[in-house]
Amino acid sequence: MSRRVGVVLFPGSNCEQDVLEGVSLVEGQPEVLWHGDATVKGVDCVVVPGGFAHGDYLRPGAIARFSPVMSAVAEFAAGGGPVIGICNGFQVLTEAGLLPGALQKNRGLKFLCTTVPVRVEATDTPLTRSADKGAVLRIPVNHFEGNYTCDDDTLARLNAEERVVLRYVENPNGSIDDIAGICNEARNVVGLMPHPERAASELLGSSDGLPLLRSLVA
Amino acid sequence: MIFSVHVEVRLRPGIADPQGSTIERALPSLGFDGVTGVRVGKSIRFTVEGADEASARAEVEDMCRRFLTNPVIEDAVVELTAAEAAGASS
Repeated sequence: MSRRVGVVLFPGSNCEQDVLEGVSLVEGQPEVLWHGDATVKGVDCVVVPGGFAHGDYLRPGAIARFSPVMSAVAEFAAGGGPVIGICNGFQVLTEAGLLPGALQKNRGLKFLCTTVPVRVEATDTPLTRSADKGAVLRIPVNHFEGNYTCDDDTLARLNAEERVVLRYVENPNGSIDDIAGICNEARNVVGLMPHPERAASELLGSSDGLPLLRSLVA
Repeated sequence: MIFSVHVEVRLRPGIADPQGSTIERALPSLGFDGVTGVRVGKSIRFTVEGADEASARAEVEDMCRRFLTNPVIEDAVVELTAAEAAGASS
């Protein structure tokens, strides 16, 4: 039976269709999770997609974290369920306290819309288990606030516990220690700025996102 | 009692401020020399009801911690004045 992947839809999300399509491509069973419903409907994996949830008012993710669905997502994560936050979804997960640190405006105030090489640093997470450690993947980024930051103690812990899941080969946004994606202590919650769902076919310029999408349904 | 509140949200010391540094670099091109240490924040104003100043302040500080700031990168400075008392004395 194929794995059911729930994709959270907030007012202002704009990457949910790409994720739904990407999950179908790797033969998962995608479904939409509405922000106003306090349930994850028994899915096997949750993706919080990119976009501008609640207009990014106050701060990206600051309002979305109070949506009814987010309490269900937090409960699902606490029980060990895999939760992936992509781009704005990563911002939502940091605001919700499911991942440490914060995402600031890019270095040089540059909005980035390009494809960048990222290196897989850990393969024991729900996002990377079908990828090869050390593999360099070409994946699009599309953000203004993707400059990951955290205090020195958190950074030391992330490195000591091998919780940096993806690193930029060439840092595009000023992220501390070239961080493109991290996981929580239990390794079931992962956040990343790059968009693997936009690299799901050679027709889109890269199919390097497929190993990450396959990991979600493996 | 009703209190007027002004919350100034600032990036914590040591946190890089890309907006501040962009403004700082732009100022000399307009002839404003000698400006350093530019930091950009947010200003939030509202009124709040409370039994007294201490309880209103405690509530605003709780709002700051849980919602108005991201404590990982931001601090807040809260100014609180009794709006009702000012109205009554006029």
